[in-house]
Amino acid sequence: MSDNILKIRDLSVNYQTDRGKLKALRNIDLDISRGSIVGVVGESGCGKSTLITSIIRQLDSNADIPNGSIEFEKQDLLKLSLDKMRNISGTQLSIVFQDPMSTLNPVLSIGRQMMDIQYRDKTSKKIKKQRSIDMLNKVGIPDPQSQLKQYPHELSGGMQQRVSIAMALQAGPSLLIADEPTTALDATLEVQILKLLKELQEEMGCSILFVSHHLGVIAELCDHVIVMYAGEIVEQGSTYEIFNNPAHPYTVKLLECDPASISKKQRLLPSIPGEIPDLTNLSGGCIFKNRCDQSIDRCDKQTPKWNEFSNNHYVSCHLIES
Amino acid sequence: MNNILSIKNLRVRFRAKSTLQGMLQKIDDPFIDAVRKVSLDIKQGETFTLVGESGSGKSTLALATAGLLTAKEGQIKFMNEDVTNMTPSQIMAYRKKISFIWQNSIGSLSPRMSVGSLITEGYKIHNLKDRDLKMEADRLLKLVGLPTNIKERYAHELSGGQARRVGVARAIALDPKLIIADEPTAGLDVSVQGEILNLLNKLRDDLGVSLFVITHNLNIVRHISDRTAVMYLGRFVEQGKTDDIFAKPRHPYTLALLSANLTPYQETSLENRIELAGEVPSLMDRPNGCEFHTRCPFSSKHCDNEFPPIHTFDNHQILTCHYPLN
Repeated sequence: MSDNILKIRDLSVNYQTDRGKLKALRNIDLDISRGSIVGVVGESGCGKSTLITSIIRQLDSNADIPNGSIEFEKQDLLKLSLDKMRNISGTQLSIVFQDPMSTLNPVLSIGRQMMDIQYRDKTSKKIKKQRSIDMLNKVGIPDPQSQLKQYPHELSGGMQQRVSIAMALQAGPSLLIADEPTTALDATLEVQILKLLKELQEEMGCSILFVSHHLGVIAELCDHVIVMYAGEIVEQGSTYEIFNNPAHPYTVKLLECDPASISKKQRLLPSIPGEIPDLTNLSGGCIFKNRCDQSIDRCDKQTPKWNEFSNNHYVSCHLIES
Repeated sequence: MNNILSIKNLRVRFRAKSTLQGMLQKIDDPFIDAVRKVSLDIKQGETFTLVGESGSGKSTLALATAGLLTAKEGQIKFMNEDVTNMTPSQIMAYRKKISFIWQNSIGSLSPRMSVGSLITEGYKIHNLKDRDLKMEADRLLKLVGLPTNIKERYAHELSGGQARRVGVARAIALDPKLIIADEPTAGLDVSVQGEILNLLNKLRDDLGVSLFVITHNLNIVRHISDRTAVMYLGRFVEQGKTDDIFAKPRHPYTLALLSANLTPYQETSLENRIELAGEVPSLMDRPNGCEFHTRCPFSSKHCDNEFPPIHTFDNHQILTCHYPLN
């Protein structure tokens, strides 16, 4: 299947900091095929947020992109003018953020905000209002007609997140980016929201780029998983392959650390010793070498290449080379 | 084993409306009960965990236990002393024996104090003049596995895991008998989470303290705790040995919580999970009968008008439900 909605090639992002150039992302290649749900998993500081913000072109002013391309619907987002980018984001490309309370404007009613985002359409207010009601209905908000008059603080966290999903999907985007949309929610609501996302995705046929550090959520929702570590993708493959047959030492350790993976009760829990390398001062070679217990000589000198471990399951590690 | 902490029928409430508002809006009771009729015992050297969703009253219960909130009704006994009727000087002495690890690890450290003075602050507050603060700081830092040269640093220079360890060092400084840890791993990556939990476990074994852990991460509860209580709308709906609760949850809410616990290694998919309808009701407007019946997938007659009886099973599993699950 070559119908990729998003195609990132060789993307690098640097931040200019007091301590020098911080290489937050290095040579990222990523494909999202039409109608699939791709999960990005990694710990804090691995570059998940930088990846998302570079796709929606909202990087901080101290960031620069030395190389790479982000091809979305056959056009390179990085080369678009800001005007054209504005036309794409919100219509073909939209995003749901982690904290719904800070996504929604606290001083405008839900209805006002939902109508405001349809500013591009030159249709009547009545139609826009009806559309908002339909959309709220779709995301499972009871009695949407009267909810339009509510303000965000009058809704609970779960309801707020439903409203932000409704707003993100209103224009029928072909790619929805979800940045930890369930982290601020309780477990029972988390299940509700994930179910909703899956249903809407099937109904509207959009692709989802789902970012989370919660392994269980990723396994539940995604078709394809990308594992990131310190600004690089270290492993990618189908969800089943990644969770049942992990190959990169980092992925293996990450899964071992998850207390959910240990079925027998044990007092001593595993952890990954050491810390993420300093991204302002990279020494070359494999990025995981200083925390990896299987590292060999080659790991110090050579950056590992992508190796196909099994069908459509790629690993960037010297140990896998055949 | 002796009970170190014993709470009976504790009720903590907050004012939700002013007296005037209450009169004008014809509300009989302008208070909300954040914790209602909670009873629990914590034994010496035991880890007791409290799970529940946000707003269920977990933190309120912890604050009341530490004497930071006053209880409306009920009794808190700590080492056979009644905490609810203490004089200020008694409370001061009590606080030496009980300590807190706060949820927001960096926010709970003063930004203007160095790590060294932060962890020895307790000695100054309690006027323990015979201690050499420098040596104490080194000893505590070693205990929690931090390098001693971290003493000069300030809170903003610490990583999340380090700040958490400083919080632990502060908590053990005065040799407490009970440590209350509010979400000790919130905001930590899984690779660091294990280290902090191992540290707490090790301190429990070495120093003989009891732990009262509040969390909503069920995966860690299974590994670290001896007994668990599940809280909903300010009440305990189920309480018992952790192994029993995980192996055989008997309250529908516990079952739903366990089922909502997403892990990559289970067969069940989203479709056949027990999904709770709706959201947690408001404390201002508690449902009649069983307070869980509005969301319970198994609710039937009696549930909406009669408060459920308390069942006690032979394995000390206690729950409040009309129809306990088998």
